[in-house]
Amino acid sequence: MKGRFGPYGGQYIPETLMRAVIELEEAYEFYSRDESFQNELENLLKSYAGRPSLLYFAEKMTKDLGGAKVYLKREDLNHTGSHKINNVLGQVLLAKKMGKNRVIAETGAGQHGVATATAAALMGMECVIFMGKKDMERQALNVFRMQLLGAEVRAVESGTQTLKDAVNETLREWSSRIEDTHYVLGSVMGPHPFPTIVRDFQKIIGKEIKEQLMEKEGRLPDAVIACVGGGSNAIGAFYEFIPHESVMLFGCEAGGLGVNTDKNAATIANGKVGVFHGMKSYFCQDQYGQISPVHSISAGLDYPGIGPEHAMLHDIKRAKYVPVTDNEAVEAFEYLSRTEGIIPAIESAHAVAYAIKLAPQMGRDKIIVVNLSGRGDKDVAQIARYKGVNINE
Amino acid sequence: MSKLQNAFSHGKAFIPFITAGDPSLDVTEELIYAMEEAGANLIEIGIPFSDPVAEGVVIQKASKRALLSGTTTEKIFGMVERIRKNTDIPLAFMTYLNPILAYGKKQFLNIAGNLGMDALIVPDMPFEEQYELLPDCRANNIDLISLIAPTSKERIAKIAAGAQGFVYCVSSMGTTGVREKFSAEIRNMVAQVKEIKDIPCAVGFGISIPQQAREIASFSDGVIVGSAIVRIVEQYGSKAINHVRDYVCRMKEAIKE
Repeated sequence: MKGRFGPYGGQYIPETLMRAVIELEEAYEFYSRDESFQNELENLLKSYAGRPSLLYFAEKMTKDLGGAKVYLKREDLNHTGSHKINNVLGQVLLAKKMGKNRVIAETGAGQHGVATATAAALMGMECVIFMGKKDMERQALNVFRMQLLGAEVRAVESGTQTLKDAVNETLREWSSRIEDTHYVLGSVMGPHPFPTIVRDFQKIIGKEIKEQLMEKEGRLPDAVIACVGGGSNAIGAFYEFIPHESVMLFGCEAGGLGVNTDKNAATIANGKVGVFHGMKSYFCQDQYGQISPVHSISAGLDYPGIGPEHAMLHDIKRAKYVPVTDNEAVEAFEYLSRTEGIIPAIESAHAVAYAIKLAPQMGRDKIIVVNLSGRGDKDVAQIARYKGVNINE
Repeated sequence: MSKLQNAFSHGKAFIPFITAGDPSLDVTEELIYAMEEAGANLIEIGIPFSDPVAEGVVIQKASKRALLSGTTTEKIFGMVERIRKNTDIPLAFMTYLNPILAYGKKQFLNIAGNLGMDALIVPDMPFEEQYELLPDCRANNIDLISLIAPTSKERIAKIAAGAQGFVYCVSSMGTTGVREKFSAEIRNMVAQVKEIKDIPCAVGFGISIPQQAREIASFSDGVIVGSAIVRIVEQYGSKAINHVRDYVCRMKEAIKE
């Protein structure tokens, strides 16, 4: 069925928005086969975003952990500091081709908002970013960054004032204005065709990993690890390897204060199948189907759902989803900074934390690739607060 | 035959919406009796959802108040059971898909059918996804209401062809909430539906004053009003009954032919 990943996905949105998603689907079908569009995008990815991103052998980390070789896919080195730019350049270019002159987007940590504001500036589009009020407080630097880039940042004061509420509000805004406006959805979620479009724009990560590792090691990795909120960097890293059954795929969910507490965002561990934000998937919810308030130290993973393709990969056991707690993520954040001189985004630190657990359990002839989805500059102040260090930003 | 026919067989229908449990289920029950007295022909009972993406601020806040007051699907069923001992006015549930799925769609629709609910409106389930609930709605003699919007255009034909009970015509872009102006498209939308199928068309989203209701009713079969009533409930809380009754009287009066 159209836009389905097993039983997941679909288009569960108000009738008002159906026209917009059908229009988007048609445009995407056309441009994904259009050579000049593909060339233009490839050129932007190379000359503007800085692709291909490096695949770096973390030698000190490997030695320290004493097991599998650890490689880091350096999406943090992309322009704007995360993998989000891959999707955004694709979508904003697509929106432009569709004749839209205004883009709107949700943001959690601010990475997707910054990337969208950047692409909008580059391509001369009006840009409005919706961000939970609570997230604006914990990611103040990114708010100012978006404003510098010419975007308007609207504070979302409804609900839990985090990512899910930002998505609600962006959907509401879109339903009031679809003629000139494209919603640049930031993850592999939402109604069809978004999970497919975003995955297609992110799958370059796994494609590069495969090529780069072939060059360095002459073989496939044994494990690929990525953090999962909605799941865009994870699906980007996984997709190329799905047919290669020997490659283990690990998605690291936000375990917050622990999966047995009520303060986490571990959707696969604790969620149930439902319908929300336009898609059928797993969601953290109560027995009456009310979406649960979730928690993570990472604003980017602080989301009660997961993309539908991940839900399917979980069901068919092709990928394994594991919770990583706030504490473990902070420890990994510091560990990678000290060990390799790389400050990871707190989101990506969840993946690093799992690599720290996994590598020693694997032989030295094994290879792990960690998708370092973003850089941690934005998180420095928050980590200081977490550790009780008083710094003057 | 649709049980909703009754709602549209006494002239233009007035269809109010309230959120169940705002501020309490006892007040909701009283409001339903009061609105029936005042001339409502079909009443939409909102089952609150934590993240109502099709709603404007007024109904968002009402949903939050209802959830904070401890409203659950089961308690709402209990309220409907009491109501059905007192009146057979046509009733519709309006809620999002997730609360229905979480309850178990078979069980939800079975109970709703046994309670004498007549229709179900699910704003996040467009035509393409209706198969989720259609079989269980049919099995329990509940009309699954289809919505059309100003952006529906060529989709109207297939939506109208499959519609049951009545067609919910969304007057404007965006979410629910009081508006001053409506899309010029509504007249055409209603006409397009009628070309395909002889089914009542009720118009909702944004209607708040008698004058607007009269105008809308002049080319449709009914007027749906939500936010304007929920706002009265917000303002007066448990003392809202008489205010809502007066308001519904005025609106009903305005659409009398």
